Amino acid sequence: MAAPTTDRVAGPLTWRVARLVERRTETPTAQTLVLEVPGWPGHVAGQHVDVRLTAPDGYQAARSYSLAGPPDGDRIALTVQKVPDGEVSPYLIDVYGAGDPVEVRGPVGGWFVWRTEETAPVLLVAGGSGVVPLMAMIRARRDAGSRVPFRLIYSVRTPADVIYADELRRRARDDQGLDVAYVYTREAPEGWRGEPHRVGLADVNTHGWPADLEPLCYVCGPTGFVETVADLLVGLGHQTRRVKTERFGPTG
Amino acid sequence: MSPGFQGRPRSAEPALPPGQYLTEDFPVLSAGPTPRVPLDTWEFVVTAEGGVEFRWTWDELMSLPQDMPTVDIHCVTRWSKLGTSWQGVSLDTLLEGIDTGARYALVHSYGGYTTNLPLDDLRGGRAWVAHTYDGGPLPAEHGGPARLLVPHLYFWKSAKWVRGIRLLVDDKPGFWETAGYHDYGDPWREQRYQGD
Repeated sequence: MAAPTTDRVAGPLTWRVARLVERRTETPTAQTLVLEVPGWPGHVAGQHVDVRLTAPDGYQAARSYSLAGPPDGDRIALTVQKVPDGEVSPYLIDVYGAGDPVEVRGPVGGWFVWRTEETAPVLLVAGGSGVVPLMAMIRARRDAGSRVPFRLIYSVRTPADVIYADELRRRARDDQGLDVAYVYTREAPEGWRGEPHRVGLADVNTHGWPADLEPLCYVCGPTGFVETVADLLVGLGHQTRRVKTERFGPTG
Repeated sequence: MSPGFQGRPRSAEPALPPGQYLTEDFPVLSAGPTPRVPLDTWEFVVTAEGGVEFRWTWDELMSLPQDMPTVDIHCVTRWSKLGTSWQGVSLDTLLEGIDTGARYALVHSYGGYTTNLPLDDLRGGRAWVAHTYDGGPLPAEHGGPARLLVPHLYFWKSAKWVRGIRLLVDDKPGFWETAGYHDYGDPWREQRYQGD
């Protein structure tokens, strides 16, 4: 099998000072932060940035966050899920204020990306906050006027955990060629057909694309979720090279 | 710099490379689905720069002298895990008797992943083909049946599902290195991305 190829990124990445210009509440535990980053070089949907905090004694902590949308001039959007006992996300959610500086560095990552010139159908499979880089792809598709067929399968614990709920409802209605299906693992909404369950073969088979259409598949979420979905896709005949994954969190 | 940010209490933290935090879990970072490699078809191949190949089957690998390194590992995504215990075959053992003037190695995996490093970094008791983790067979999501283990570099250099190594006269970037990550990846110098 040929080695996967990626675009080479040129030049060193520098830390830039960013400031908070807008904050949106997405769920009880997730917020979108819009940052102004003077000199932002632009990025591709699916890439991420490193965010670095500095304490008064000089101590620094950095974490990676997926970019939530395509570039908007010097503005970038991150959606941060609060990690219990976390070090960086609780600060960004609860303490970080309008106009405050943080440092950001990026964009990083040239593999888990979707480029607007792609023509293959796309399957996006999100677990929890794994929807963030996939939403960046949905937004980039819309911004570019792309008509590539997109399907999103989004697994969440309960309806209240759906990030971008209103926008996804609107886009599923207005963006032609975008279908959105939900899998609820703990509590389904009123009137939902079926019982809460973890994502399985029937979900991927029903809401994904047949392998012979050779879609590009992007799977992002907690490790166990990604392992399950990637294995299902390979079992359904999808080429491993067309199944791109991004995992986060402990193995459980 | 970041108003109101204090960070975690740090007095009890052991020495970690800069920018790393400790984890007790073993997170997984991979670019695609987990390959499943049957042991009866598994092989490990070192290809010298002239094209001569040196092959080991699974049974042959197991019959070689085994090391049991206990090492700290550091992922570029900033987690570090201390005191991990492994069993595997030293690259010194595998490279012994291979006549080469190559200075670089391009490691390749089942599934197509590649990563590059200087050949010297595979020598001197610092690198293994590891097949056992924490007393048991290495799980597939962590690179089983066998992965490279090069703990002094960021963990993406420790290629999972390792299949072979090409010895090269000239350096050739691998998968993540082509995607903007550092060619060498020394955690103590924070060589994360190109230009670091």
